[in-house]
Amino acid sequence: MVGASGGGKSTFLRMLLGQETPTRGEFLVDGKPLPDEPGPDRGIVFQRYSVFPHLTVLENVMLGLELERAPLLGKLFGRKRGEVRERAAAMLDEVGLYHARDKYATELSGGMQQRLSIAQSVIKQPRILLLDEPFGALDPGISADMHKLILRLWEEHHMTIFMVTHDIKEGFDLGTRILVFDKVRLDPQAPNAFGATITYDIPLHVTSNKVLEEMAEAKARTERFSDGLVAA
Amino acid sequence: MRRLMNLRPNRGSGLLLGILPFVALLIAYLVASDIRMADNPNDKLLPGMSVFADAVQQFAFQEDKRSGDIILWSDTAASLQRLGIGLSLAALGGLVFGILTGVLPYGRATLSPLIAALSMIPPLAILPILFIIFGLGELSKIVLIVIGIAPFVMRDIGMRVGELPAEQLIKVQTLGASTWQTIVRVVLPQMLPRLIDAVRLSLGPAWLFLIAAEAIAATDGLGYRIFLVRRYLAMDIILPYVVWITLLAFVMDLLLRQISRRAFPWYQRA
Repeated sequence: MVGASGGGKSTFLRMLLGQETPTRGEFLVDGKPLPDEPGPDRGIVFQRYSVFPHLTVLENVMLGLELERAPLLGKLFGRKRGEVRERAAAMLDEVGLYHARDKYATELSGGMQQRLSIAQSVIKQPRILLLDEPFGALDPGISADMHKLILRLWEEHHMTIFMVTHDIKEGFDLGTRILVFDKVRLDPQAPNAFGATITYDIPLHVTSNKVLEEMAEAKARTERFSDGLVAA
Repeated sequence: MRRLMNLRPNRGSGLLLGILPFVALLIAYLVASDIRMADNPNDKLLPGMSVFADAVQQFAFQEDKRSGDIILWSDTAASLQRLGIGLSLAALGGLVFGILTGVLPYGRATLSPLIAALSMIPPLAILPILFIIFGLGELSKIVLIVIGIAPFVMRDIGMRVGELPAEQLIKVQTLGASTWQTIVRVVLPQMLPRLIDAVRLSLGPAWLFLIAAEAIAATDGLGYRIFLVRRYLAMDIILPYVVWITLLAFVMDLLLRQISRRAFPWYQRA
């Protein structure tokens, strides 16, 4: 999901997450509406602040499994804890954080915290994984590593991933489908006067003439591009 | 020459500078005391060191003839017990209600206005009511401390919960947490060191309420003793008691800080 700031990408993501409810329309997965609050079927990785500072790296990943198995305390003990610990350790190995398992989460660098946050969500095997500009605050070299990681996890764990990004190239590198968010009407004097929508829905790796025509047509409907502001 | 604001003392000179005002204060006292003693050897207002030594010897190391107790220790025990119980109850109540108002919008809507209003009542103004309702015994003193401290702790914890990044609370829901699990695994553990901070900030007011209550109605306690001997202008007892109270407060603060550091290594102030 790409688009200019204020274009509604993050709002769309929050609606997918259940943090906000649409005033009209609904989100359907397999014909059933999405629950109207966040839940374990949809994982999320935010740009920042989504690891728990009071837990170690390993405990951060164990948390999701512990919550599922210990409804009262959210914490396991003894043999059950051992099982969960092993699974969490395997997950950490998969994202390359096993060596840092005993550190507190906030002792990690930004890129490592994002890996941790991804591991936290993926261990719950969510149907949908939502990524809200997860690599926006990282160095370019590090985000390239993260791209490899996310593609690998996507293939291994069979999730649908929605990702918001500012970086169009990132979108084209990672995506199978790109949703472009923009305002159809744009008043330069009052940028917030009109709402935004999905202006193009681009299936990547499909370049038939029909798709190109549809895109040109969609572009013509957007005011931003009717007065010479056309971007690449 | 660098600007004054850019000049920093090194470790040694910093320590020395810190001690200097204390020494200056002591010297000023000794000089003033000497001047008064020269006029009147029985002066009670600024007694000399030997008078203090005698007084301390008497109330801190000898048994009282009437009760058989060592007065300083029995006073200290009585006061610390009241303070400890009062602060613990205030901290517990503050934690529970603070988390309720911080996590649950319905809790906040219901309780926040009440807590905000209660916290504006000057606790000493309702001390007479407490004496009437709870009598002159231990209970009224403890309740005064609780009423004085708890609203502050509640509001503070409520705000600290509000400062937790919303991302954390959303994230834990996507990991499958219920409201209760979110509280016990994410909110409560992160609030404990902040609770210690709130209690440390409350130590001053807690002592204030304790001494006020003891001064008015008690048969023992540090505040009781100070106000009792005031009748005899017994500065030789009052001043050592004040120093002792200050020392106790300082040690309590130090202990709380150490506990926070040991128990919550992840919690470091930026």
